[in-house]
Amino acid sequence: MSTELTHAAYDSKIEGNIIFTQLDAAMNWMRKNSLWPMPMGLACCAIELMATASSRFDIARFGAEVMRFSPRQADVMIVAGTVTYKMALAVKRIWDQMPEPKWCIAMGACASSGGMYRSYAVLQGIDHLIPVDVYISGCPPRPEALIEGFMRLQRKIQGEQSFLAQKKELIDALAE
Amino acid sequence: MTAAETALALQEKFPGAVLSITEFRGESSLMLTMASLIPVMTYCQGELAFDLLIDISSVDNMGGDPRYVVVYELYSLTTKNHLRIKVSVSEDDLNVPTVSQLWPTADWHEREIYDMMGIRFTGHPDLRRILMWEGYPYHPLRKDFPMGGLPSDMPDVAFSETAPLAGGPFVTSSGAMDRVSAEPRAKGEK
Repeated sequence: MSTELTHAAYDSKIEGNIIFTQLDAAMNWMRKNSLWPMPMGLACCAIELMATASSRFDIARFGAEVMRFSPRQADVMIVAGTVTYKMALAVKRIWDQMPEPKWCIAMGACASSGGMYRSYAVLQGIDHLIPVDVYISGCPPRPEALIEGFMRLQRKIQGEQSFLAQKKELIDALAE
Repeated sequence: MTAAETALALQEKFPGAVLSITEFRGESSLMLTMASLIPVMTYCQGELAFDLLIDISSVDNMGGDPRYVVVYELYSLTTKNHLRIKVSVSEDDLNVPTVSQLWPTADWHEREIYDMMGIRFTGHPDLRRILMWEGYPYHPLRKDFPMGGLPSDMPDVAFSETAPLAGGPFVTSSGAMDRVSAEPRAKGEK
């Protein structure tokens, strides 16, 4: 069954505006359109993240102008910048404090793979520590590239079986 | 006084302190003995009015003796003169007296030299690592430390792994004959 929204065929003048859909599709739609970022802005990519959040490129169109610096209130962690070994465990700690459902965007070359810094001090990619959903290449990536990464994450979220996967025990219990 | 005149004046005022004076394109560098470092620096900061310590850096002459050189870059805002003072540090005695009582900026510069080279500064108010974390076991900018790093682990504090260099650091070869052969290439390839 696809997790896409569908409109039922009925007379809206009689019954008002109701949509028949799956719970997964509805939840995914709500989640993908209100992704509150936790901006882990560590280096130069943070400047491009700020530029994406400002008026010209406007990440608010995607529901993401609410940059929550508290991980408890955030959905997606955008790791923007070089992750040094000194900072790495702090990033992991912040990631652990984010409640499910959570996603991670590795923005830029340094967060994806260590970038140009093949050295004793730089973690070679944040995916050594946390699971990354979208990698965005660039040094720094253009704001359009960050928005494209955001939209990719939205497509990924739309395709998730969120209720089925997260509430498996509940569904099994209900089925009995 | 120009920089060259300053250098000669220092040599006269502190006999035996100045081991050598080098001049290159208008810049003067003095090599001092370790014992005379603080008296000469105090005189420079006081009477000669070198009120800005621009930088302190260190050099690792791997294989040379003494192994390390600490280089102080001084500038006078009033007379607009630069001066460079060097002092050799041998591997047996990695101690240099601190100049942070003369220029407060030396505090962090000396912490960085301690962190990266392992040279200790006696009398420093707070000598601890500044770039790497406390407890990191190596001094990374020594020439015998590999650029990709070495593995280390301090649980709950930090860890480090060796970075894959995939053919070597892609830097320009020094001492190459022409620009084509000096291009960055994977080391070991022909």
